Amino acid sequence: MTLEQIAFIIVAIVTLVAGISVVTSRNLIHSALWLILTLFGIAIYYVFLNAGFFAVIQVIVYIGAIAILFIFASMLTRRVMQDTGPQTNSNWWLGALISLLLFAGIILIFVNWQGFTTSAPDLANSSGQISQLGLALVSPDQYLLPFELASILLVAGMIGAIFVAGEKKQ
Amino acid sequence: MNFLSDPVNFIANWLGNLLLGWGMSQSVVNVILTFIGAFLVGVFGFSLVIFTIWLERKLYGRIQDRLGPNRVGPWGVFQTFPDMIKIFTKEYITPIGADKVAYNLAPILSVSAVLLVWAVIPFAQTIVGTDVNVGVLYLVAVGGIGALGIILAGWSSNNKYSLLGAFRAVAQIISYEIPMVLALLVPVLLGRSMGVNSLVNAQSVWFVIMSPIAALIFFTSSMAETGRAPFDLLEAESELVAGYQTEYSGLKFGMFYVGEFLHAFTISALTATLFLGGWRGPWAEQIPILGVAWLFIKTFIVYFVVVLIRISMPRLRIDQMLNFNWKFLTPVALILLISTAIVDKLFFIYIPGFQIMDSLIPWIRAGVHLLMNIIIVLITVQILKSYRITASRVVAQPRPVAVAPEPPASVIS
Repeated sequence: MTLEQIAFIIVAIVTLVAGISVVTSRNLIHSALWLILTLFGIAIYYVFLNAGFFAVIQVIVYIGAIAILFIFASMLTRRVMQDTGPQTNSNWWLGALISLLLFAGIILIFVNWQGFTTSAPDLANSSGQISQLGLALVSPDQYLLPFELASILLVAGMIGAIFVAGEKKQ
Repeated sequence: MNFLSDPVNFIANWLGNLLLGWGMSQSVVNVILTFIGAFLVGVFGFSLVIFTIWLERKLYGRIQDRLGPNRVGPWGVFQTFPDMIKIFTKEYITPIGADKVAYNLAPILSVSAVLLVWAVIPFAQTIVGTDVNVGVLYLVAVGGIGALGIILAGWSSNNKYSLLGAFRAVAQIISYEIPMVLALLVPVLLGRSMGVNSLVNAQSVWFVIMSPIAALIFFTSSMAETGRAPFDLLEAESELVAGYQTEYSGLKFGMFYVGEFLHAFTISALTATLFLGGWRGPWAEQIPILGVAWLFIKTFIVYFVVVLIRISMPRLRIDQMLNFNWKFLTPVALILLISTAIVDKLFFIYIPGFQIMDSLIPWIRAGVHLLMNIIIVLITVQILKSYRITASRVVAQPRPVAVAPEPPASVIS
């Protein structure tokens, strides 16, 4: 085994254990902490794939913003230290069924996928990757439309948040 | 490669060849050298703090008309060592009901978040930890981890004041990240790269000349990120005991303390690197080790300003602090970013029309950007003037509490 494979396996085990702990942990904040570890493992996978930009964005957006927001919200809304409610409700079997079906579907697709055996094509020079990504996002024949749609969605979300949080002037 | 002009790479090459000679493969040697480098940068950061703590206490003392530490060693330079021994030998106290894992993880996170920044700072043209092509974004990501450490410390201590400190920390650190990121994008625009070392290479004219507003916004918001005076609301002694670090003792408190001092030095190094030309200086390209000297001279000048501001400014109120961020810094940073992008694009469209020497172009570009910055400053000042307080509103008539009693009639007559 090469060093890269050993690192891959270690990160995979850590990510999976952390991912399971997110749902099994009894304390809400502990779940959020395990979630941070999971997301960090995924960021390391982006590094393995030579996608440094996505790794850093993963850390900024998911850990720096979303996970901190989770922690902050649960700190504000729940009884802070002793939050150990029941973990399941009466619909647990439905959730388990749906996730099993989903998992089976993904496995079915991956078994027939040729991508495992073919090696990935070489990337362009590493310094030009970000500018290529940027150009692809704003060129009309590539990803301009999804990019602008995402922008509109975010602006709408921001306006909504300000409206909900803003003072009602009577 | 000469030992005197570039000792770090010389030693690294020598060690790499030695290990290769022992029969190791190239990838293993690279891993070992990377770990040694990371270890050295970490040790370097910590030993720098030993010095900066003394420097700051001395400056603090002199400004308050005291002598400052002056007992241990000449001018008290070794004062930090007895303090270190004291803090190492103190008892660790974990409060009842604290969340043990998070409680112990928090100081480590907040120190490591600061140390991680040093991985991308180029000390000289050839002495770079890792030249990742997304260095600027990496700085932002690492800042987020520091905020996480503070939140965990506040939550896990099982203490009201700690929790209040953590709430303030989130409000402050996360909101000041926005103008900081926007100001960081201006050097990225001007230098056409996100790698920190390529940004230094692009500064044939320092970015502080091309965009003084961006430098100021970055400096101010990173001051707020460190959580020191005048932005020390997260640990405001008069209101919150010691904020998020109330319950910490011994070395765990020491780690927060070291993290804070190292953070202050780190933002000085970042300002020097991103806006003051980093290792650039006379002969820095011929003799790389000279670049380290230039970087540290610039860093210490900025650090002196940081300390000076910390000592001489009163603490802001929380509403003033947030208003300053959301109603002043963020709009200015947004306007600056947009106008920098437009001006730079227009400059490179129209410049081939004029017959100018190639060597003059960076200076003309800097002049154009400087002019735009001055115009933005003037407009901002005009707008701010319309908000100034012209007259104080009279809320009530003064009502004297104690009135001199009327003298008895017998005295008057």
